[in-house]
Amino acid sequence: MAVQDAIIGWKTITHGCHVLEPGSTRHFKTGDWRSMRPVVDKEKCIKCGMCYIFCPDMCYSQTEEGYYEANMDYCKGCGICANECPKDAITMVPEEEE
Amino acid sequence: MAKRVGIEVSIAIAEAVKLAQAEVVAAYPITPQTHIVEHLSELVADGELDAEFIPVESEHAALSTCCGSVAAGARTYTATSSQGLMLMSEVLYVASGMRLPIVMTVANRALSAPISIWNDHQDIMTQRDCGWIQTFAENGQEAVDLTLHAFRVAEDRKVSLPMIVNIDGFTLSHVIEPIELPDQADVDRYLPPFKPKYKLDPKKPISMGPVGIPEVYTEARMAHDQAIKNAKRWIIKAWDEFEEVFGRRYNPVEEYRTEDAEIVLVTMGSISETAMTAVDKMRDEGKKVGLLKIRLWRPFPGPEFRKAAKGAKVLAVVDRTLAPGASSGPVGEELRTVFYKVPGAPKIFNFIAGLGGRDVTVERFEEMVDKAASYAKKRPKELYEVIGVREK
Ligand code: SF4
Ligand code: SF4
Repeated sequence: MAVQDAIIGWKTITHGCHVLEPGSTRHFKTGDWRSMRPVVDKEKCIKCGMCYIFCPDMCYSQTEEGYYEANMDYCKGCGICANECPKDAITMVPEEEE
Repeated sequence: MAKRVGIEVSIAIAEAVKLAQAEVVAAYPITPQTHIVEHLSELVADGELDAEFIPVESEHAALSTCCGSVAAGARTYTATSSQGLMLMSEVLYVASGMRLPIVMTVANRALSAPISIWNDHQDIMTQRDCGWIQTFAENGQEAVDLTLHAFRVAEDRKVSLPMIVNIDGFTLSHVIEPIELPDQADVDRYLPPFKPKYKLDPKKPISMGPVGIPEVYTEARMAHDQAIKNAKRWIIKAWDEFEEVFGRRYNPVEEYRTEDAEIVLVTMGSISETAMTAVDKMRDEGKKVGLLKIRLWRPFPGPEFRKAAKGAKVLAVVDRTLAPGASSGPVGEELRTVFYKVPGAPKIFNFIAGLGGRDVTVERFEEMVDKAASYAKKRPKELYEVIGVREK
């Protein structure tokens, strides 16, 4: 087994392990173990934003055209957005497929 | 002038919390701590203490509430005992790991089963490693003084750790003693307003209590350990300042008639008063007996203890806890470690006494001293001995 290296020294670690930078969790990319990803069919999408509301990981953000796009750095592939989309515009596609 | 009054120790502690002007009190009543929080709730209800008194549904909630309030920058106090401390256990480690300077009184009491509401140290000793600073009071005056000291130390930015003041249940909590309640002006001089380095503030958001992945956890624990070890000098400094303001002196280890003492008793908490009487009696009989009282339990003042015990041939260490299956009681173990391979170290014998409200009398202390003297000549089979236990 590889030696596990510390990423910070005990003398420099923050007081009480507090995280002093707001919103820093976004640096921690958590989407790498996903097995399915959501693919939106813009033909069917009515820009209602239900996917944005229901995604438990807050992956979705709105594009300039008003569509919603999931950020694959954080998407876990849970399929909730696909389940909630009133127009069945979202399909869950296995990661190994293009 | 500070006034000396006859007052129940629990009420006096509540008055000390009032003098410290705690801003939040969240507590759940449990015997024998009840009078402390009962009186605090009255002080708040009567407008004598400008604080939020938050009644909660359990001790777990009490300490969780305290974590939130101190994190938001409010001076925070709670108190508990025994089973209540057990229920807090999870949050104790959270509070210290997050460096949240809560002050808590623990009215020490035995643990079930069998059910016992009476005094010993089994509750606090299960929390020995919870990472809080811990002191022990011997009488009502000390309970008041150490409460003020606890706010001074815990909230010091150089310390920023929660602190427990241990008082023996009933033998201290429910006894009326002559106690000097300090003046507000002196307390204000001693205890500056609480200005934490970090607090929860929407204008300057930070996160408290994040995950510590394996690449971080060891370093976080190490930082905590170093923080509590470093705290010792500020604990002592705050006692120096206490003496300047209030005229009473406290030390990590208190010595009583240890000059030329060959056999030294080691105690914690209120039994120290009886132990002093026992030492006086034995001294009158020409026995070279002394007493060391451990006031600071965490961080353990090893060098101070070794210095105080210098010259002693035998230590009779009293534990008020029985640690089933362990090689000795926690205080006994601690001192054996502190003296391990130290040249000229005294022989250490560990006695378990005063469990679940059983009185430790002058005669019991004499028995321990006599046993320690004979064990020094002929090694006992066991590493500890339960004093006063009936066989049949
Ligand atoms: S699959 Fe789940 S995590 Fe991914 S975008 Fe949809 S709701 Fe969010
Ligand atoms: S829920 Fe479906 S229709 Fe609504 S915005 Fe999302 S993808 Fe489009």
